[in-house]
Amino acid sequence: MDTSRRRVLQLLGLSAAALSAPPVFNALAKEAHEPAAAPQIGPSKEALTAKQWAMVIDTPKFKSEKDVEPLVEACHKIHNVPHWDEKRWEIKWLWATHYEHAFTGTVSRRFVAEEVQHRPFLVLCNHCENPPCVRACPTKATFKRPEDGIVMMDFHRCIGCRFCMAACPFGARSFNYRDPRPALKYTNKQFPTRMKGVVEKCSFCVERLAEGKMPACVEASEGKLTFGDLFDEKSKVRELIKTHYTIRRKVNLGTEPAVYYIV
Amino acid sequence: MLELAVKGSKRYYGWMALLLGIAGVGFLVYLKQLDFGLGITGMSRDVSWGFYIANFTFLVGVAAGGVMVVLPYYLHDYKAYGKVTILGEFLAIASVVMCITFILVDLGQPMRVMNVLLYPSPNSVLFWDTIVLNGYLFLNLVIGWNVLEAERNGVHYQNWLKPLIYISIPWAVSIHTVTAYLYCGLPGRGFWLTAILAPRFLSSAFASGPALLILLCLVIRRVTNFDPGWKQIQSLAVTVAYAICINVFFLLCEVFVAFYSQIPEHVDHLLYLFVGLQGKGAYVPWMWTSMALMVAGIILLVNPITRKNELTLIVGCICVFFGCWIDKGLGMISGGFVPNPLHEVNEYIPTLLEGMITIGVYALGFFVLTILFKIAVSVKEEVRA
Ligand code: SF4
Ligand code: SF4
Ligand code: SF4
Repeated sequence: MDTSRRRVLQLLGLSAAALSAPPVFNALAKEAHEPAAAPQIGPSKEALTAKQWAMVIDTPKFKSEKDVEPLVEACHKIHNVPHWDEKRWEIKWLWATHYEHAFTGTVSRRFVAEEVQHRPFLVLCNHCENPPCVRACPTKATFKRPEDGIVMMDFHRCIGCRFCMAACPFGARSFNYRDPRPALKYTNKQFPTRMKGVVEKCSFCVERLAEGKMPACVEASEGKLTFGDLFDEKSKVRELIKTHYTIRRKVNLGTEPAVYYIV
Repeated sequence: MLELAVKGSKRYYGWMALLLGIAGVGFLVYLKQLDFGLGITGMSRDVSWGFYIANFTFLVGVAAGGVMVVLPYYLHDYKAYGKVTILGEFLAIASVVMCITFILVDLGQPMRVMNVLLYPSPNSVLFWDTIVLNGYLFLNLVIGWNVLEAERNGVHYQNWLKPLIYISIPWAVSIHTVTAYLYCGLPGRGFWLTAILAPRFLSSAFASGPALLILLCLVIRRVTNFDPGWKQIQSLAVTVAYAICINVFFLLCEVFVAFYSQIPEHVDHLLYLFVGLQGKGAYVPWMWTSMALMVAGIILLVNPITRKNELTLIVGCICVFFGCWIDKGLGMISGGFVPNPLHEVNEYIPTLLEGMITIGVYALGFFVLTILFKIAVSVKEEVRA
């Protein structure tokens, strides 16, 4: 979040605090006699923090599509990601693909261990340390949070030029070719829906981290995904990277993806 | 001088009404796009830029091509071009107007376009493209208008214009360079990731821009009392001949690098365009047509006999113009997006509706062009009489 917006939020917080003393605030509270909880601005005390969030995907634990479906479902459901039958309008934050598609350019397209060939590989935004999508965006609607390295989207600033989609070498981004709301079977009121004409992608569940929760896909994975701080030597992700052979997508491009794959 | 644009023959009014009608239809379809979203186009998650951006890219070239008459006239004092520089400048204005319109119709949230200026992001090439395009529009408007007005009043143009004229020359190069940088700085898009992209864009610009200008000059010769001059047209034709040769040479350099190195990320896009990939190849006939047109253009324009014959000159210029349009418009954008970053082939086929919007934008551009050319030609006729 940039400083100007943060200032607006602070101002809002201040005025809310000013309101909370006199009875005016009681009218807003659910029950008049209950002491009103102080409105909260910014991350809560339980918020999870890191210097650079990263994910490790333990791919041998994924045997078939059945293992990935609950994760994709969890992500798309809580983030109000629409489902379109028309492939052109497709929106996806997290999905499974084949080995040679996930690691195109890096791994052999032929003569692959049979089991690996049939294994589903989850792909999502890599929250690159050096993200070309951020470099390309002409409005800073795509930006990298300095505090924890998450590459975020401001749906209200995005002009829909799709330069970031051309710049992302991982196909991680989707564009709302039409109003997504009619395509939602279920709407999570805790998370914003989008409008037509803006880009979206995986947010590393920034809204859940702020509440002290792990990303939805990690939670649903029953240990197949691990999430943590890449720059903290003692973190779980670093532990896994230290003890397992991991690869990342297209490292030759220098974007430094923060999603690691145990193969 | 604007009054000159409203005094015209029946034929002139008929032509303008026709253009406005086409632009109007395009606008209605655009309203539909505003309401529904860009889903009415053939663009997708994988091919996220299409016809609009392709035509934008091509027209930036046409705009930059105008400098091919400005430069010899002002820098080398090539007097003969005195008659056509204004046409080059006005063609540049109309082209930039179309470019900006194409960008606007391509935006998902066009009413937020000012965010580019509200949150200036110097690391984004699109930010710079906005600046150079608008700057070029401004320069050509100021220069073209004032020089023409001075000519009408029978005086030399004001001295303060001189620096602007000099600036406008490298500026023309900059608009197409920056536009090439939109593409060639992106990691993971092997087709565009080549240092020769900007030179290649410029060479095709210096071929297609002057080729269109020649055709327009020939039209002006027919329908007005102003003659841009056969000598001028011939000089322009030589420019086109050289530029199209260089363009094809650059293309062959690309082909060599891709196919001799055999790096899949570079080869596969060319394969997709020229022979098809994974059983898909909607662009194959188009690309070969483009190659045939460019070769035909070279033959007709390099050879002095066919270059000096009006009919073959016209055919040659049409070949060059459409050859470049297919190569740079259709092929350059789709070719870069297919195969996608996961090496899957999902093709892009423009829809009828986006075609109608595109034609509408062209009609708008030609409307602006006709007004500007009408003014220029009327002044020239006046001065001569
Ligand atoms: S994966 Fe793509 S969208 Fe995500 S940070 Fe990297 S470049 Fe940006
Ligand atoms: S589509 Fe939106 S996020 Fe992407 S580059 Fe354009 S303004 Fe930025
Ligand atoms: S981290 Fe969150 S947003 Fe990203 S794929 Fe997982 S659930 Fe979806």
